[in-house]
Amino acid sequence: MSNRYSADEMMSVAAARALGDGMSCFVGIGLPSKAANLARRAHAPNLTLIYESGCLGAKPSRLPLSIGDGELADTADAVISVPEVFNYWLQPGRIDVGFLGAAQLDKFGNINTTVIGSDYHDPKVRLPGAGGAPEIAASCGEVFIVLRQNPRAFVEKVDFVTSFGHGTGKGDREKLGLPGRGPTLVVTDLGLLRPDPETAELTLTQLHPGVDLDSAIAATGWKLKVSDDLETTPAPTEQELTLLRDLEKASA
Amino acid sequence: MAELLSLEEAVARLVHDGDTVALEGFTHLIPVAAGQEIIRQRRRDLTLVRMTPDIVYDQLIGAGCARKLIFSWGGNPGVGSLHRFRDAVQHEWPVPLEIEEHSHAGMANRYVAGASGLPFAVLRGYTGTDLPAQTETIKPITCPFTGEKLTAVPALNPDVSIIHAQRADRSGNVQMWGITGVQKEAVLAAKRSLVTVEEIVDELAPRPGAVVLPAWVVTAVAEVPGGAKPSYAAGYYERDNAAYQAWDKIGRDREEFTKWLNELTGVKA
Repeated sequence: MSNRYSADEMMSVAAARALGDGMSCFVGIGLPSKAANLARRAHAPNLTLIYESGCLGAKPSRLPLSIGDGELADTADAVISVPEVFNYWLQPGRIDVGFLGAAQLDKFGNINTTVIGSDYHDPKVRLPGAGGAPEIAASCGEVFIVLRQNPRAFVEKVDFVTSFGHGTGKGDREKLGLPGRGPTLVVTDLGLLRPDPETAELTLTQLHPGVDLDSAIAATGWKLKVSDDLETTPAPTEQELTLLRDLEKASA
Repeated sequence: MAELLSLEEAVARLVHDGDTVALEGFTHLIPVAAGQEIIRQRRRDLTLVRMTPDIVYDQLIGAGCARKLIFSWGGNPGVGSLHRFRDAVQHEWPVPLEIEEHSHAGMANRYVAGASGLPFAVLRGYTGTDLPAQTETIKPITCPFTGEKLTAVPALNPDVSIIHAQRADRSGNVQMWGITGVQKEAVLAAKRSLVTVEEIVDELAPRPGAVVLPAWVVTAVAEVPGGAKPSYAAGYYERDNAAYQAWDKIGRDREEFTKWLNELTGVKA
């Protein structure tokens, strides 16, 4: 077997690795769902997956087609109503990690999935909207974000704050009384970003193998800060790649 | 007691121009056939309510049935965007569409308040986001006991809520199972309700975890086998994913969509 892999595969593997065994994770659709299901197969068999459709402890045998896929319900510990998911499970802070995607992300980890353009009533692009994300971002213990890195997605300031990250910098969450710690990790196809402990500005802390620093800087719409101890992500192992490809094959 | 009606008659009697209408379903058991019957009967100026407007809402919006949409996430689940919805918001085609935008937690709590007979619900949400500035129905509220700043959202009480379920008996008691989203709350919050079902049976066999809506909270039941297609009905059929993908192409183009609409409504091109 060849050890060649794509940038998207590296991103999925790196995102999966962020989820520890025994954690509970509120899973968003798309890339987060892929990463969470890979983690459960690779190193975190006791990861509890929670989907906003009401599936608590889902263990799907393939990637769900949507957050309400019947496979999630059939394999869940319990299927509960949507009001119960948000009011009893998410809001009181019972969930360790919220795993989200984004259309736009800014340097303080604020997420936009509502509109592109400065006029809400006359948007350049109308996006799907908030879904469960604002309260996931507010109430989970911490938030991981996964998205592909390019200057259109990685912007200095999001056009619309759908889900609050670190606002305009460190301390904003505390001022607003938000219970969770907010975004602690962003995983992209190029590397990892983490909030700076002093300023909460997202800082590049890891580059994936074969990605040069200049291309990561060029893919970022703000002046990207780079950690002094910039590390290289360990390449996906054969086992991780096999599990990921099997998962995708089972879902095709 | 729920009346057993045909879908055509139920929609004719229960859904009026200008009504606030909720067709709920969280990916599972989406009342697609009922939505398409509303299109056929050419209802206008509806305020459509739904947490997750998907392709049947794209169809209703594209057909010009809606004046306003109250929602929290609009997309073709697992596929991409709703292009008729986008066209209505961005270009007012075929008619302008006003939107009232919430989060899932906000919408779920609005239904809970509606079902509870209360004027509003309280949640710890929306804080720090740009949503309250755009949505009149999100307001700050202070807890009278602790002083904590929270969010209030008003009850949703649709004129009519429509859902799809697996079964009903001949008296109109309804049974549904699997992912049941906010369907129970939507029915209990509404002034009138219509439940389309896969089948009407003599007696409902008990099923663990099932939601049962007794006949006296439901206005009408219509037997519509396959009424949730292309979404799925646990125990009956699976999601037709190809149909969701095919909708992307139809919804993307006004001409393609118009052809689709003419076929649905029986208009000769």
